[in-house]
Amino acid sequence: MRKIFDAIFSHTETSLAVVIVIVVMVFSFSSPYFLTLSNAADLIEAYSVTTILAAGVFVVLVSGGIDISFAAVASVTQYIAAMVAVKYGAPALPAIALACALGALLGCVNALLTYYLNVVSIIVTIATSSIFYALLIYFTGGSEIYNLPDWWTDRVVFFRLETATGDIARVTLPMVIMAAVVTITHILMSRTHAGRQIYALGGNPEAASRVGIRILRLQLLIYGYLGFLAGLAGFVQAHRVHQVVPTAMFGTELSVLAVAILGGASLVGGLGSMGGVVLGVLLLAILQNGLNLLGVSPYFFDVVIGLAILISISVTSLTERRMRGQRRLVGAAT
Amino acid sequence: MNSSEQPRISAITTPLDHMVTALRAGAGTNLTGLLLLLLALFSVFSVLLPVTFLQPGTMQSMMFQLPELGLLSLAMAIPLVSGGLNLAIIATANQAALLMAWILTTQMPPDATGGEVWLWIAIAFVAGFILCLFIGLITGFIVAVVGVHPILVTLGTQTLIGGFSIWLTRGQTLSGFPDALIRVSNETIAGIPISFGIFVIVALGVHILLTRTVLGIHIHMIGSNLESTRFSGVNTRRVQIWVYVLSSLLCWLAAILMMARFNSAGADIAQSYLLITILAAILGGIDPYGGFGRVTGLVAALLILQTISSGFNLLGFSQHLTLALWGFTLVAVMATKRLTGVFVARYRSR
Repeated sequence: MRKIFDAIFSHTETSLAVVIVIVVMVFSFSSPYFLTLSNAADLIEAYSVTTILAAGVFVVLVSGGIDISFAAVASVTQYIAAMVAVKYGAPALPAIALACALGALLGCVNALLTYYLNVVSIIVTIATSSIFYALLIYFTGGSEIYNLPDWWTDRVVFFRLETATGDIARVTLPMVIMAAVVTITHILMSRTHAGRQIYALGGNPEAASRVGIRILRLQLLIYGYLGFLAGLAGFVQAHRVHQVVPTAMFGTELSVLAVAILGGASLVGGLGSMGGVVLGVLLLAILQNGLNLLGVSPYFFDVVIGLAILISISVTSLTERRMRGQRRLVGAAT
Repeated sequence: MNSSEQPRISAITTPLDHMVTALRAGAGTNLTGLLLLLLALFSVFSVLLPVTFLQPGTMQSMMFQLPELGLLSLAMAIPLVSGGLNLAIIATANQAALLMAWILTTQMPPDATGGEVWLWIAIAFVAGFILCLFIGLITGFIVAVVGVHPILVTLGTQTLIGGFSIWLTRGQTLSGFPDALIRVSNETIAGIPISFGIFVIVALGVHILLTRTVLGIHIHMIGSNLESTRFSGVNTRRVQIWVYVLSSLLCWLAAILMMARFNSAGADIAQSYLLITILAAILGGIDPYGGFGRVTGLVAALLILQTISSGFNLLGFSQHLTLALWGFTLVAVMATKRLTGVFVARYRSR
């Protein structure tokens, strides 16, 4: 029994999966609406922006950095793309490309500062996030953009399914983009040369540079990729809420970071998988949705997230340490 | 650690002595540079604003605005020096303020007068103190026992504490505190606001604690290397618990000043301060990896930020531009450090 417990809880992915299965079972017994296709589809769409951002943050975390400027980057790119689209009537593809390119550029600014100033990226990104965000609010005066063009706000449905009970489940644009981002990030991190190098950099930066990994180029890729995804997430967010509000994304930094960490990405770098991050998002999404359906006050939700984070890190860390302790002599135990 | 390991401590006396000397001499800070920057900012604003800037009124308003951010930055600085981070400071301060506000607005009889009001204020303060002590103990316990990076733990406690505050208040703010509390917080002694006086005394206390006490030295040591500190016979878990208790108690002081100045308490107040406290600490030369940093540097950084803010305000610039300039200042200071570091290294290698 204990062996099974250890086997499950020493890996973040398996422990998350087990917890998710238990939670899903509890909720589907208590609410008939929970395990329906339309509810699942709505849930996935609601968490698409978080997942896209978490994928980028995951890459940065694996490399041993912490970036918290992505919300500011998403707000800036979203606003500029919306301005270009509204004022100059830019069509869909150029506007999206502009948002993503601008995001990647701002991400590269983070990478360059981190590399040349030789400081941890969390500090650089605290500074740049203040700068990006403050300049955005200063130049826009905090005003919203409501009259987005139709191509931006129209719902794109790829697939529509009517169940026997009359519920409608749709596969929409945010879900498709999210799925693409998750797949590409997974392939990038587990199947490519660059992905292996990112794990190596996070595992041991000194060793990584000794074996000839070009740190600057890799960091440009890492932070540029997060910036690119931030641009994309900004676009999707505006697509979902039909307006651009400069302050809408602000304050989401820590919750996205929390999701990535819940999914097993380590702050020290070198660890984690895209699948784990997706499971982390899934767990939070299911908890929120299930509690909603049970009639628990939405005000209570942060308490649940906080407990989920604390319990998850405690269980994972304590199990891991106990397993290490069995293999080693009783060393570090004080 | 058991007593049989005590003699080992003598073996590390020499490096420890070095560390203590280095701490007292101010190693690892750039105080001169920061003071020069502060002086430069003062000169620039005095030239740009000859009539309004160097006035007692301006100085006084700066002293009114500084203490909250100052106390919160100290609450962030202690964990940073220990190699950690406390992301829950704002949530802790808000919850303490809410508890104190709840006692003062709903539990205190509205017809209370004179001494009775002061008794209730004292009860509220004690309740807030106990709450922050409790939060600090729990946070420190999880950090010490679970052994996860404090960013993770405090990310969790921040969400949890903030969640409880929002759940219990339904997002409402509480206001309408006794006049006595408001009056004292707006009082000045010889032109110096009481809140600023409190900040100076606390900053001095934290400075002495970090540099002249055994606990302070231990906090620096675990920030440099937790494992080797443990192997040199220090009860590192106790030190870590102290770090988060002290940090949370500083949040309690900040909570009192905040609720008195805003005359309200809420779950979502002052969220933007969180990153600014880290910005101030790093600007003040506190090593984000832990182990180094001094309160003097932090105070200089706070004065720089406040000078920029007040100067920009008088020049009629928006607050957002101030935030942008704070970000630029941090980048510029890091760049200067890097450049002087490269320069010194080249000079020495000759």
